[in-house]
Amino acid sequence: MARLEELTFSDRLFVKAYRFRSFDWSPGARLSKPLSESRLALISSAGLHLPGQAAFDLETRGGDWSYRELPATVSVEELKIAHRSSAFDQGGAREDRNLAFPLDRLREMAGRGEIGAINHRHFSFMGSITAPGRLMAHSAPEVAEKLREDSVDAVLLVPV
Amino acid sequence: MCHQSVGLIASVIEKSGIPTICLSLLREITEKVKPPRALFVPFRIGYPLGEPHNADLQHRIIRSALTVLEFDNPLPVLRQFK
Repeated sequence: MARLEELTFSDRLFVKAYRFRSFDWSPGARLSKPLSESRLALISSAGLHLPGQAAFDLETRGGDWSYRELPATVSVEELKIAHRSSAFDQGGAREDRNLAFPLDRLREMAGRGEIGAINHRHFSFMGSITAPGRLMAHSAPEVAEKLREDSVDAVLLVPV
Repeated sequence: MCHQSVGLIASVIEKSGIPTICLSLLREITEKVKPPRALFVPFRIGYPLGEPHNADLQHRIIRSALTVLEFDNPLPVLRQFK
């Protein structure tokens, strides 16, 4: 497991002083069918975007809280990475995007019947958000609404 | 901060009625943000699926994460990938 000691000194100081937010999700949702019949969606915080989409804004104060929709048909190697965190070593994900956005793996699992289907769209955020107010008020509820529209049964979220 | 963002997004989606599972590289942060379900993975920051081009390991991690969704245990659930 990664440890906080891996972070730079200034990042560690920040994490120590920062008041982490949480959000009351109770009572929690339940999977309504077996995984082999479930439609899955993927959410990444690696700042991935399509070549034709605007990159995430690395200068936004408090962090860019917008998101990008990634179609299930995308070839993962095409995805660009726009992320400002110094803690995120992008080397691995540049070599293999599945390290942060394992869409090929989910496709294979759907092909083998381990999961029912992958959704027609997935979502990407840039995780380096220190002021998550607008993320919570706007982007996250919008994405939740889209996932409900798509009748997604479960969501796998991958931080970097 | 990725872990806070992912945990908060998961919490909002869960509240809307869809079950979620987060991977986590940093237990200390995930324990503070408390998303409904998380699987701690023993890799360094930037490597949540373990190793580039190691499809077998990546599959095992995803399977292990998805299994957490099938538990009917009280939430939050925090599991360790082995």
